[in-house]
Amino acid sequence: MGKKLLIHNEHVANIHTLEVYKQHGGYASVEKAIKTMTPEAIVEEVKKSGLRGRGGAGFPTGMKWSFLAKPEGVPRYLVCNADESEPGTFKDRYLMEKIPHALVEGMITSSFALGVHTAYIYIRGEYFYVSRILEKAIEEAYAAGLLGKNILGSDYSLDLYVQVGGGAYICGEETALLESLEGKRGNPRIKPPFPAIAGLYGCPTVVNNVETIAAVVPIVMMGGDEYAKIGIGRSTGTKLISASGHINKPGVYEIELGLPVEEFVYSEEYCGGIWKGKKMKACIPGGSSVPIIPAELLLKTAAGEPRLMTYESLSDGGFATGSMLGSGGFMVYDEDTSIPMNLYTLNRFYHHESCGQCSPCREGTGWMEKVAHRLAEGHGKPSDIDLLWDIQKRIEGNTICPLGDAAAWPVASAIRHFRQEFEALIPKKEVAH
Amino acid sequence: MPKVTIDGHTIQVPDGTTILQAARMIGPEVAPPTMCYYSKLKTSGGYCRTCIVKVTKGSDKDPRPMPKPVASCRTMVMDGMEVVNNTSPEIVDARKGVVEFLLINHPLDCPVCDQAGECHLQDLGYEHGLSSTRYDFERRTFERKDIGDKIQLHMNRCILCYRCVKTADQVTDGRSHGVMNRGDVAEISTYIEKAIDNDFSGNVIDVCPVGALTDKTFRFKSRVWFTKPVDAHRDCPKCSGKTTLWLKGEDVLRVTARKDQWGEVEEWICNECRFDKKKTKDWIIEGPRKIDHHSVISQNHYNKLANPHYKKLGK
Ligand SMILES: Cc1cc2nc3c(=O)[nH]c(=O)nc-3n(C[C@H](O)[C@H](O)[C@H](O)COP(=O)(O)O)c2cc1C
Ligand code: SF4
Ligand code: SF4
Ligand code: FES
Repeated sequence: MGKKLLIHNEHVANIHTLEVYKQHGGYASVEKAIKTMTPEAIVEEVKKSGLRGRGGAGFPTGMKWSFLAKPEGVPRYLVCNADESEPGTFKDRYLMEKIPHALVEGMITSSFALGVHTAYIYIRGEYFYVSRILEKAIEEAYAAGLLGKNILGSDYSLDLYVQVGGGAYICGEETALLESLEGKRGNPRIKPPFPAIAGLYGCPTVVNNVETIAAVVPIVMMGGDEYAKIGIGRSTGTKLISASGHINKPGVYEIELGLPVEEFVYSEEYCGGIWKGKKMKACIPGGSSVPIIPAELLLKTAAGEPRLMTYESLSDGGFATGSMLGSGGFMVYDEDTSIPMNLYTLNRFYHHESCGQCSPCREGTGWMEKVAHRLAEGHGKPSDIDLLWDIQKRIEGNTICPLGDAAAWPVASAIRHFRQEFEALIPKKEVAH
Repeated sequence: MPKVTIDGHTIQVPDGTTILQAARMIGPEVAPPTMCYYSKLKTSGGYCRTCIVKVTKGSDKDPRPMPKPVASCRTMVMDGMEVVNNTSPEIVDARKGVVEFLLINHPLDCPVCDQAGECHLQDLGYEHGLSSTRYDFERRTFERKDIGDKIQLHMNRCILCYRCVKTADQVTDGRSHGVMNRGDVAEISTYIEKAIDNDFSGNVIDVCPVGALTDKTFRFKSRVWFTKPVDAHRDCPKCSGKTTLWLKGEDVLRVTARKDQWGEVEEWICNECRFDKKKTKDWIIEGPRKIDHHSVISQNHYNKLANPHYKKLGK
């Protein structure tokens, strides 16, 4: 059994209540932080822990925190990104639904570390019922003196609000999220300036994923060095993986980073192997935005090394033979899966979710969807595969926010690894001339 | 004062200058085309991606090249930076891709469009586009929307450059104009279909690079190239009163703001000057307006461009 730091109490009855959560050691990090530590010391522990953002990009959290500008007399904000709309990703929901106080505790401890007195949890509209759970937890925390004025009798005060989004994937991009939180249309901003300098209402802001913020709790409790001992190299700590697709045991698993991918897929402790005794064909290991790779390359790198569940190992080989850990949305496809149909589904998603600001993403995503559709349906043209390739290439890196890349990469990887499957779908008479 | 080299021309520019501004200072031969940036509007640019360039050297301090093309209108110059635009085959090709994106859903109804002849998308397609399109699906269409008695909106032609949105925000008082919906069905709208009605709203017509926003008082009166532009002014209590009149014989068919070398409004004008002063006696005429060198109007390229199927687009 790997070590669990985030959801170890997932099956404790009534762990969603403050009372039971506290009985199991909850809110100790708030006590410890406010009563015995300085904000700087906490930031230092987070730096030492090697924690990297769990929202997808894997940016070192301690570094992000130390970039936060601290001009006199200007408020700063902490915003928790609970938009979780990346297809295949559902770990934040699980955490918030089961153990809402883990996030609330993380928000308080993190806000104290950042000198923040107003913090927000921005949650996607489809998680409305989860927002209710969070609001209940926050209410309990206020009543217990863990939020509000003079927390635990100290001179530190914090207000925490939940804001429900309208249900647009793009509002998970941090600057679009800030626009939406300000009550505007959720268009990503052009960077620089970065949120650490000018974020919410133009003030310095840290945006972190739910899981990142929850991980601050064990880091404060065990110390950054101890946390960094879990995992391998620059992939430290534990990670929540949303496992789905053609596996025997889909669900949310907390793993120690460094777990061999093969063990994750086939062991009874985790996915329990491929369903119906079938073979695995391919996998998207980090949420819909990362490249799809064939089973062989998922289990072993091109050099024949066993692939591990780490940021580095999953991206070994670059886009030619690797993928990414991303958000940990681990989607497994069995041998009967149509890759072209799968690609069409992804294309449709990105087309639907593009905000429309940049011409390559606005026009290109819709075009790719149409071409992928006709290919998947079996009436593509011989030139369509190269056309798809060319469109994705012209979107990638030429947009304001990474959604353009996220729309392009699945196309590139599907064609790179499964070109023959696309070719086989092109009507024969067309191939002839 | 940082020094920057663009397509081999070196220039020293004030701090905070963008690559695009520096390129314009050097001259039109190196300046990238722009469809969304507008020097008179704050926070414009970054959307259309036609102004992309390649930074081959970041700066003297950090000479690493930038891995991907950047939007020159939103990228600041650093001391010692080296940039390629028209001299880079990669950029020329990437720009073709952007132009193709802008055109795939454009209706190409130039023969019935009031903007024909002074449309920046026509110019862009002509100068930087591919000779044919690879898009073989039905083009997107929107329902016609009425936005008042003076301004016509043809959403089908819009390229979502956000210029009109920013104009409504920054130039008029009481904004009632924005973007609704998302992605490739996003559309310019006046909230709750409210007509834009205030003294400076007509400027959205002038900033629109295509024929999405046109002047209803001029609709179908004449092709632009059959009218004679003259500079004129009047004593106006609301604006500078400095305009361009588009004449046919003695009739003032249209009044617009004066536009500079880059096709941008020099000074905003009010709606009274634009829509209500349609007699030559309302104006003091200064003399003929010089039309921008690269315009389709002045080069008689229109016949080639007007082909609605764009089969022959390009040189
Ligand atoms: C299109 C798009 C959608 C995103 N959606 C989410 C999301 O739902 N949740 C999230 O935490 N991060 C999301 N991100 C990443 C955020 O922009 C940001 O990097 C992240 O919230 C930072 O938190 P972290 O450092 O803790 O990971 C998204 C990014 C993009 C480009
Ligand atoms: S890349 Fe797409 S989603 Fe991101 S800002 Fe541009 S149009 Fe919007
Ligand atoms: S209507 Fe014209 S100015 Fe407004 S966004 Fe569309 S193209 Fe730009
Ligand atoms: S002019 Fe620079 S992106 Fe449009």
